[in-house]
Amino acid sequence: MSSTFDTVAGIIAETCDIPREKITPESHAINDLGIDSLDFLDVAFAIDKAFGIKMPLEQWTQEVNEGKVSTDEYFVLGNLCANIDKLVSAKAA
Amino acid sequence: MVDRIVALDPGARTVRAECLVPTESPVFEGHFPGHPLLPGVLMIETMAQTGGWLVLAVLRFQRMPFLAQVKEAKLRSFVVPGQAMEVEARLLHDGSGYAVVAAGIGTEGRKVADAEITYRVVPFPNDTLRAEMLATARRVAMPEAFLNG
Repeated sequence: MSSTFDTVAGIIAETCDIPREKITPESHAINDLGIDSLDFLDVAFAIDKAFGIKMPLEQWTQEVNEGKVSTDEYFVLGNLCANIDKLVSAKAA
Repeated sequence: MVDRIVALDPGARTVRAECLVPTESPVFEGHFPGHPLLPGVLMIETMAQTGGWLVLAVLRFQRMPFLAQVKEAKLRSFVVPGQAMEVEARLLHDGSGYAVVAAGIGTEGRKVADAEITYRVVPFPNDTLRAEMLATARRVAMPEAFLNG
């Protein structure tokens, strides 16, 4: 978890030009860090590459739009990292 | 901008296309008077269209790529009326709702432009656009095997 967060935080800091110290597991990518949808594509590309996964962004977006989950589930970084870890585990299984 | 797709390799996820710059066009009247050059934005558009055909082929025309971002675009040399461009693109990543390609243009064996291009990949907004894209794909010699999912 901590190494996943470090990697993701590093990606966000570099991709979105956000000071690393502002990025915490509690940060919401949109509400707190101000990452817009285009920048998030860059973040997603870098995360997919770094972890060898394909984050199901369309499925996540659909779940949020249908009110099944709040944006916190996927955009609060601690939760995002937990979801990344699940995808990495599922790929390795 | 693309005249013909000359090679499409789904395994390597690459495409190669030919584009002939017209000898006459209103574009050249202002760009530039007495010194006609293909505008750099049209070189970028040519790379974006070529990469777009690749994404469409890989997705069997089930979704439509729309240009979202151009990174690291380098316009290394002039392209003039009547010149033939060889355009190549390689799919770097087929993400969820987006795709990234590396594309480049060569003329007479020399690289003249390259860029990394990101697309938002979404369901076709309507049947008309999908039909038009399929018709255009046939016109540019997209292999039939890629036209249907």
